[in-house]
Amino acid sequence: MADSECKGESNQTGSIIHAADGDAKLKDIAREKIEGKELTKEEKQRLRKEKKHKKGKKEDKGPTEKGTDKEKKAVSSSALQQSPAQKALSTVPVPVGAPVASVPESSTVDKPSKSKAELKAERRARQDAERASKQGKKEPGSQASSSKSKAPASELQPVVKRLPEHIQVDDPAMVKKLAKKLERQQIPLRSDYGFKVSLFSHLHQYSRKAPLTQQISIPATVIHPSIVRLGLQYSQGIVAGSNARSVALLHAFKQVIQDYSTPPNEELSRDLVNKLKPYISFLNQCRPLSASMGNAIKYIKKEISNIPSQCKEEEAKKKLLSCIDNYVNEKITLAAKAISECAIKKICDGDVILVYGCSSLVNHILCDAFEKQRKFRVIVVDSRPRLEGREALRRLVKRGIRCTYVLISALSYILPEVSKVFLGAHALLANGYVMSRVGTSQIALVAKAYNVPVLVCCETYKFCERVQTDSFVSNELDDPDDLIVTRRGKTQLEAWLSIQSLRLLNLVYDVTPPDFVDLVITELGMIPCTSVPVVLRVKSVDQ
Amino acid sequence: MELQAVVMAAGGGSRMMDLTYNTAKPLLPVGNRPLIWYPLNLLERAGFEEVIVVTTKDVQKMKMDVVCVQEDADMGTADALRHIQQKIKTDLLVVSCDLITDVALHEVVDLFRAHNAMLAMLMSKAHEFTETVPGQKGKKKGGEQRDFVGVDPDLEEGLVIRSTHPRMHIRTDLLDAHLYCLKKCVVDFLVANKCISSLRGELVPYLVRKQFSKATTPGSNGEHTDQNLKRSDANAGLELLISSRDDGLLQLAEERSCWNDHHGDMSEAYHGGRLRCYAHIMEKGMCYRANTLAAYVEANRVAPKLFDESPVHPSAVVSERSLVGGDSIIGPFTNIADKTSIKRSNIGAYTVVKEKVKISNSIIMNGVTIEEGCNIQGSVICNGAVISRGADLKYCLVGSCQHIEPEGEFINQLIKVSNHSVCF
Repeated sequence: MADSECKGESNQTGSIIHAADGDAKLKDIAREKIEGKELTKEEKQRLRKEKKHKKGKKEDKGPTEKGTDKEKKAVSSSALQQSPAQKALSTVPVPVGAPVASVPESSTVDKPSKSKAELKAERRARQDAERASKQGKKEPGSQASSSKSKAPASELQPVVKRLPEHIQVDDPAMVKKLAKKLERQQIPLRSDYGFKVSLFSHLHQYSRKAPLTQQISIPATVIHPSIVRLGLQYSQGIVAGSNARSVALLHAFKQVIQDYSTPPNEELSRDLVNKLKPYISFLNQCRPLSASMGNAIKYIKKEISNIPSQCKEEEAKKKLLSCIDNYVNEKITLAAKAISECAIKKICDGDVILVYGCSSLVNHILCDAFEKQRKFRVIVVDSRPRLEGREALRRLVKRGIRCTYVLISALSYILPEVSKVFLGAHALLANGYVMSRVGTSQIALVAKAYNVPVLVCCETYKFCERVQTDSFVSNELDDPDDLIVTRRGKTQLEAWLSIQSLRLLNLVYDVTPPDFVDLVITELGMIPCTSVPVVLRVKSVDQ
Repeated sequence: MELQAVVMAAGGGSRMMDLTYNTAKPLLPVGNRPLIWYPLNLLERAGFEEVIVVTTKDVQKMKMDVVCVQEDADMGTADALRHIQQKIKTDLLVVSCDLITDVALHEVVDLFRAHNAMLAMLMSKAHEFTETVPGQKGKKKGGEQRDFVGVDPDLEEGLVIRSTHPRMHIRTDLLDAHLYCLKKCVVDFLVANKCISSLRGELVPYLVRKQFSKATTPGSNGEHTDQNLKRSDANAGLELLISSRDDGLLQLAEERSCWNDHHGDMSEAYHGGRLRCYAHIMEKGMCYRANTLAAYVEANRVAPKLFDESPVHPSAVVSERSLVGGDSIIGPFTNIADKTSIKRSNIGAYTVVKEKVKISNSIIMNGVTIEEGCNIQGSVICNGAVISRGADLKYCLVGSCQHIEPEGEFINQLIKVSNHSVCF
């Protein structure tokens, strides 16, 4: 995976160099590109050797991996540094001083001698790594890196982290870690239910009949009551949908902040953040957090930590509450308004619009368009087991829009009639993939086959920095009992738990590649799917 | 704090006066523990650390870590809530002192939390009483009081089927367990409306009816009579209390959520109603309300199964030549002499049972003396009674501190004096 990352990054730098067109001369560009490729090849060889080495040492696998990861990142980032430093990606903080000094030093040397030096440096690095792993130290990166990559490595250390979103339920060490963390925060651990399909055995699968509230005391003392209520509403599906979940989360946080009082000898900015951590773990146990919720939490944590220490408690609380209101207003309400104004331009009279499931934003757009006297009709596509399309259908018909309702199995039958497809999104990933309700990628695929334009509507606060190319690595498993249905008095799957070889799978999300999406409508305008990292960069610069 | 627990222990036990004329209802022994122990145990197991017990003066003798509130007799449950209004700071969980159950409390409270309900209550399947009730003359069980929830008792105007809820289940086999989760604004509402005096009799039916009423418009109240005005004021009061709770964000979240609690019609979740009442129906498990004599006897049979303790208290002195059945329980410091046979009975504390006594299917309370040769069947003997030798009691109820003369024979009788005799 790191190999592809390095390649990807060097490719990206390659493309950025092409796009730059300004500073570096063509010669320099070509040389750096080749050098970049060489490095990665050599690095690949080295990595292969290291992997063989690793198989011998299973105990020190952790720190060694970390060491090699950091090394890989260090070397790849040094490859990055060779490109004009100004064009580096925002995610990698640009340490201009030391690497630039090393860059001219390395670039002036000829190709073959440079590779020798490189090999030497890498060998040294490997030896350091092994020494460090033998001593079992936790930060081999800082010691193992060679002189060249030392500076960037130490400065790039904060960027190199294990992604916390990667749930690994089938790894007992991770499960133990999680259990310990929850115990420390006094949050009960929710146990998994039923057999999982082996491809998804790394994800949690919970049953709605065993709520987390069974294990906490009534009345809830450790967790704020509004958070308990929210968790219950999440796990029972009463609050569902990306926007609704974020808004409900912010509402609950408002209650928490209102009821909060700083303990003596503590600062509000630090203590409140610590108070919120167990609540977030609790909500995560009830239902895995969505990308929009994650961004909202990051925002709140940032706001709380930015409160000056001399601010009085009442003032601070008021400020925080108004911050939350502003966030909802800007990112959700006004964004929806802006998006619907953009989208209405795309809806012409006589259109047949296909929507999937119940997306609050798409419903909002269609209702607005109908009020603005556009003539169109809607086809609502629905899928089991959630059957959210019924709710979308109800809302649209209530407004007076003409609707047709089909199940997703009739998609290719109905698509020849459709002129546009409007989809909502749960999150937009940094590589342009759209994460949405399971079935969305099918709709986009078939629409592409029929040359029907697919428009995704998404607010920018749902953009997330994660990168995912398939629906397996990170997803959510819903209650498998939802798939059980009783027809004509017979429930075939009633005793599915007793059949050892039968597994039920109830996926919630899937990812749609950007090739199938023609346009993303955000409040910043209509952008192509691949411009998501640009938006992320702009956002982080703003903040 | 999320919920405060209130145990209503001030009731006089009006439906079993024979037992309660001398002993307060909360202190009646069931399975050799005072009746109030059961709801307190339920609350403790659920995780409550503080309880408010509303009681009369007599109960103060008990040593408990609770806040006892003094009040005069003859208050309804709603009046009691009004009385302790100062102490109520959050939502309430009101339990009656005569509830014996092993329900998982989170099921009721989860309904209350998840749907933001005004009221959540517990109901269970009513059990048929299998034990013969002492003192009952004839087979007739008497006009049992039944609760009517959601339906008019007389049904004179016919059954109202609302268009919003076309499918109704009418059940006659449920028992209201008198365990209510109430929002704090209900207590404020009670304070404002002093005409409501009983929770179960008046408040709950009112709230249940209020779910379906549309919001009163201020303009239409013109020509109402005084009574109606008062009622509409009360309605308006509750409306105000509900609307003040709704935050803009909460409404936005509800709008954006793609969930609906029913399908098939064009209305939104909960039919747009903001006052919601939920009931959790216990299908399995034990739930008894010991408020009538029959229920009390039944509860005594069943309650010992709630806790696993040895049936014979370690401090009781039971002689080896006596026969104590496995389903009987003996209280502390009780003396059972030789050649006695005790079957399916509950014997209280400090009781003395002399030789050659046969006790079956009975409830003997504390401090009772039973002399030799007695035969007690299917009876309830209250505190401090003395059964002299050779007495034969079948299906009798002996009141507190009563003396049964020797060789007396009583079948199906209630033995008590009309004036209160002072006992401990």
